[in-house]
Amino acid sequence: MSQVTTQPSIDQIWEWLDAVPDPEIPVISLVDLGIIRDVAWEGETLVVTVTPTYSGCPATSVINMDIETALRGHGIKDLKLKTQISPAWTTDWLSAKGRTKLEGFGIAPPQPAGGPEKCPHCGSKNLTKVSQFGSTPCKAHWRCQDCLEPFDYFKCI
Amino acid sequence: MTREDAFSQFLLRMGDNTLVLGHRVSEWCGHAPVLEEDIALANTALDLIGQTQMWLGLAGEVQGGSKTADDLAFLRDAWDFRNVLLCEVPNGDFGRTLMRQFLFDAWHSIQLGRLMKSSDERVAAIAEKASKEVAYHLERSADTVVGLGDGTEESRRRMQEALDYLWPYVGEMFQSDEVDAEMVKAGIAPDPASLREEYDALVSRILGDATLTIPESSFAHKGGRTGAMHTEHLGHLLTQMQWLQRAYPGAKW
Repeated sequence: MSQVTTQPSIDQIWEWLDAVPDPEIPVISLVDLGIIRDVAWEGETLVVTVTPTYSGCPATSVINMDIETALRGHGIKDLKLKTQISPAWTTDWLSAKGRTKLEGFGIAPPQPAGGPEKCPHCGSKNLTKVSQFGSTPCKAHWRCQDCLEPFDYFKCI
Repeated sequence: MTREDAFSQFLLRMGDNTLVLGHRVSEWCGHAPVLEEDIALANTALDLIGQTQMWLGLAGEVQGGSKTADDLAFLRDAWDFRNVLLCEVPNGDFGRTLMRQFLFDAWHSIQLGRLMKSSDERVAAIAEKASKEVAYHLERSADTVVGLGDGTEESRRRMQEALDYLWPYVGEMFQSDEVDAEMVKAGIAPDPASLREEYDALVSRILGDATLTIPESSFAHKGGRTGAMHTEHLGHLLTQMQWLQRAYPGAKW
């Protein structure tokens, strides 16, 4: 008797994960954020490898719970979440789609130069840093000198 | 001393530094002079506690028992802690807190840079992760030390007082003992003394920009990283930090 396989494909799983929003910045998905490092079947077990953004980020445990809830909701029974810290997460792993969505949401995407390129509200380049640290570990606090609106900048690491 | 004992001591030193300093910094939550500084301090504390989970988690693993990072953080008494004394001294005013942060961040960033080349890949991985966060800590604490040092008459006076008070706690970070010798032999960690030159260059540059004077005395308080003698402040800190687990053993979030 040939074995009937009911395992969803790896592509399918990535698609499901791409529908799970980041708990703190719900406009982007966990896949956009670049923290899902690997998805693989090990026999009957689905192994999802996740890397934390910042080591103390309180969203990490919520993220793991959200992944589990989403995949169980799609009928995955045998699931293992693996934490991987090396190579360390970098904002280079943000997807292009994620960067565009961040900007639309009012969060300036990370730039290699170390500061935002332009105000996510009015596009001005006349900007000033308010604080190195913002509302979550991954963001800094900036302000536009033209439209005077404060905004979050996704720190480049 | 076996290699495992030395490795475990080394990991406790790393993890206890970040735990105790992380707790101290978190004491500012809701009390900082302005909201942005409050948020920055809380973020720094959060990074340090996150790094603690990795260091103490690995310490538990190396010890081979069933101890978790939480067990090590909440169920040890003062004499079992291996943090340098600098991390446990009280916050004082905002200036002293930032001066302490700078003096620690400067050491921390150099140490993590060396540990990224550790022969133990778990140590190298934690260092790689932590060093990205610490680069931000150092940038901010150095900027603030310069801003307050080269600031008003009062802020400069307070920063000089902070430096005079804290400087005798700097030397302990560069002391070597048999634990370090064993780590050097195994290629796991550098000799603490070998970090001093780079540290002095960095710290004198920033403190020079801050128009502050480094005290001449090289006297160093010690006893934290060996556990021989902590200050009286650590016990008080632990009564706060460990209270919940002591009063309600095994309580879970």
